[in-house]
Amino acid sequence: MTIEELEQIAKSVSQENEKYDFEVNVCMDLACMSQGADRLRESLIKSAEASGKKVLVRRTGCMGPCSSGPLVRVDPEELLYHHVKAGNADAIVESLGGAPVPELQCDLNDHFDKQVRVVLENAGHIDPEKIDDYISRDGYKALLTALTEMTPNGVVHRITESGLRGRGGGGYPTGLKWGTVAKAGGDLKYVICNGDEGDPGAFMDRSVMEGDPHRVIEGMAIAAYAVGASKGFIYVRAEYPVAVSRLTTALRDARRRGLLGNGICNTPFNFDIEIRLGAGAFVCGEETALLASIEGRRGTPRTRPPYPAVSGLWGKPTLLNNVETYANIAPIIRNGGKWFANMGSERSKGTKVFALTGKITNTGLVEVPMGIKLREIIEVIGGGVPGGHTFKAVQTGGPSGGCIPAEMLDLGVSYDALMAVGSIMGSGGMIVMDDTSCMVNVAKFFVEFCKSESCGKCIPCRAGTAQMFTLLSRICDGSGTMEDLNLLISLCNTIKEASLCGLGMTAPNPVLSTIKYFRNEYIEHIVNKRCPAGVCNMAAPVPEAAVEVLA
Amino acid sequence: MAAFIPPPLPSDDKRWKIVNGTMRKNGFARHALIETLHTVQSAFGYLDDDSIRFVARSLRVPLSQAYGVVTFYHYFSLKPPGKHTMTICAGTACYIKGADKLIAAAEKQLGIPQGQTTKDGQISLMTARCVGACSRAPVVLCDGEVAGEMAGEKMVEQLERWAVE
Repeated sequence: MTIEELEQIAKSVSQENEKYDFEVNVCMDLACMSQGADRLRESLIKSAEASGKKVLVRRTGCMGPCSSGPLVRVDPEELLYHHVKAGNADAIVESLGGAPVPELQCDLNDHFDKQVRVVLENAGHIDPEKIDDYISRDGYKALLTALTEMTPNGVVHRITESGLRGRGGGGYPTGLKWGTVAKAGGDLKYVICNGDEGDPGAFMDRSVMEGDPHRVIEGMAIAAYAVGASKGFIYVRAEYPVAVSRLTTALRDARRRGLLGNGICNTPFNFDIEIRLGAGAFVCGEETALLASIEGRRGTPRTRPPYPAVSGLWGKPTLLNNVETYANIAPIIRNGGKWFANMGSERSKGTKVFALTGKITNTGLVEVPMGIKLREIIEVIGGGVPGGHTFKAVQTGGPSGGCIPAEMLDLGVSYDALMAVGSIMGSGGMIVMDDTSCMVNVAKFFVEFCKSESCGKCIPCRAGTAQMFTLLSRICDGSGTMEDLNLLISLCNTIKEASLCGLGMTAPNPVLSTIKYFRNEYIEHIVNKRCPAGVCNMAAPVPEAAVEVLA
Repeated sequence: MAAFIPPPLPSDDKRWKIVNGTMRKNGFARHALIETLHTVQSAFGYLDDDSIRFVARSLRVPLSQAYGVVTFYHYFSLKPPGKHTMTICAGTACYIKGADKLIAAAEKQLGIPQGQTTKDGQISLMTARCVGACSRAPVVLCDGEVAGEMAGEKMVEQLERWAVE
C-alpha cells in the first residue's frame, strides 16, 4: 500500500458515490438502534428501490444528539431528520430532490454550532464496517505519511508540539509518554489501547470504537512506529459487543489492505493488533490493573514506579493510551501539531468529547473545544434542563470526579480548572442533575460503586470505601450526626492520601465535592432529618450494625 | 521435559471443541485464561466447576488462580441463567433517572433480589454497570436487547409475559 494507492481507493469510492444522486445516512448507534434504526434502514432501502431514484442508504456511527433519535441525514443537502420511524421512509425518499419533510426536520443549529469535530469528524459520515469509506476521508494517510516521510522521533515531536494530553482523564502529556517509551531499551515493546470505559454515564469511547474503528487502529499504528513497538492490544469491555465486532472487522480489513502486518507500506515496519476482552471490572481502567488483566490475571493494580512505559506488559516497555487519545493522532499528523495547539485553552489543547446525559434536553455525544464554558455546554448545546426544573449540579469524571454547582458554570473546561474545583476531566461523562436529585444520595451512589468495585488489595480503599458507605447511609436514613460528617471528611482525606491506585485516591471526590458545595443538604439531613429533594427515605433507619470489613 | 499434553475434553458436547479452539488459537498460553473463560460462558451460559477445572488444567494455571479470576470479574457467572434475563442498568445516568425504582419494582414483582433467578428458572434479574446507552436512560436489557426510557409498568408487563411463557 502506498499513498498513491490510497488516493486511488478514495477516488474509486467517490466515483462510486457519484453514481447516486442522494445519500441517506442512518445513525445505527446503540441509542438509535434501540429505537428501531435497523427497521428504518430496511424500509429506506425498500422505498428507494421502489422509487427508482438513485439513493445510497448508508449506516453510520453516532451522529450526536441521541435524544432526537433515530436520526437520518440526507446529503448533499445536509438535512437532519429526527425521531424517524420506519413508516416515514416513503416520505423521506419521496422528498428527495424536492422540499424536505417538515414534520421530521430537526432544528438543532445551536446544538451543532458551538461544536468542533476532530475525533468525531467521520461519525455520521462513514460506514464503520467499510475501510474504503474511511480511506476516502483521508484515512490511513497519516500512517503512510509518518512511515514514509517522518522519523519516529519526528512523530513524537509532532505529538509533543500539539500539546495533546491523555484523554482517559489523567491528562498526562501524550508526547512525553511516547518519548519515554521510545527511549526505553529492548527490542520488544507493546502499544495498548484502553477501551475499558468503566465510568458509568460515559460512552464516548464506545461510540468512537463502533462508529470509526479504523481511526483508533491508525492512531495505534502511528504510535507503534513512533515508540518502536511491534505488537498492540485493544482492551475492550465485554459489555460492548458491537464495538468488539466492529473492531474485529476493521482489523481484518486493515490486514487485508496491508495496513497491519509485516512490512507495512513496503517499509521494515511490522505491527499487528489483538483484541482482549474485559470482564466487568471498573478497576481495570487503571493502567497496571489493565495490564494484569491482559496477562490473564485478576485485575489488581500494583505500585508505580516502575511505570508501564518502562516495565509494562510482561515486563516490557508499554505505551498505554485511551481510545480518544489515539483517535486524535491521525488528524494531528495530517494537519500538524500547531493546528491542534491552536484549539483549546492554554494548557489543555484540542477538543474533548463529552457524553452529555441526565436531566438535560439534548442528551448525546458532543465534541467541544477545550476552554468552553460549562454553561455553554449545558444551556446552549444541551438545551438546558427540561420539565421546568432548575439546574442543580453537573457531575464530571464519574466515580472519580465531583459535582460542580450552578454558581461555577462559567468555568472553562480544562484539566486544571476542573481539578481546581475538586472534580476531574475524567474520560468525558457529564451528568446533569436538577432539583429532584439529592446530592447526599448521589455521593452515596458513587461510594457504593467504588466500594463494590474496589479490588481489595489495599486497606484504605477496601475498608475505607465501606466505612464511607456506612456513614453516608446513616446520613441518608436520618440517623447521622455532625460527628459522622466530620469523621467522613477526615476519612475521605485519609483514603485520598493512602490508597494504592487512582480508584481509591479519587473515590472520595464525589463526597468531598458535594460536602463542599452542598453542605446545607448534608446539614438538613443530619439536623432536620429531612431530604430537601425528597429522595432519601428518612422513616426507615438501618440497624446500628456497620458494614463489616475484614481489614 | 516431556511435551505438554492437554487433558481430554470433558464430554462429547461439541461446545468443548469451541472452547478448545480458543485455547489452541492462543497456543495454550496462560494469558488466554480470561479469553477462554469468555468462550466457555458464551457457549454454556455460565461457568461450572467442571469447566473451570478443564480450562485450568489445559492452560496449566493453578485451579485457585482460575477460580480467583472467575470470582474477581463480575461478567463471569457461576450459576446457570434463567430462560430470560432482565438486566437493569445501574449506571449514573440511569440512577439519576430512577433506575433504583425499576430495580425495586422488578424485585417486588419477581420476589427475588437482584443477581438471582426465579425458582422455576424462568427469569434472571441482573444489574449492569452501564451499558453505554446513557442518552436513553433509564435503560434495561431484555434478553440482551436494549430498551431505553423504560417505565416501571412497561418493564413489569414484560416480566409478566415471560413468567407465563
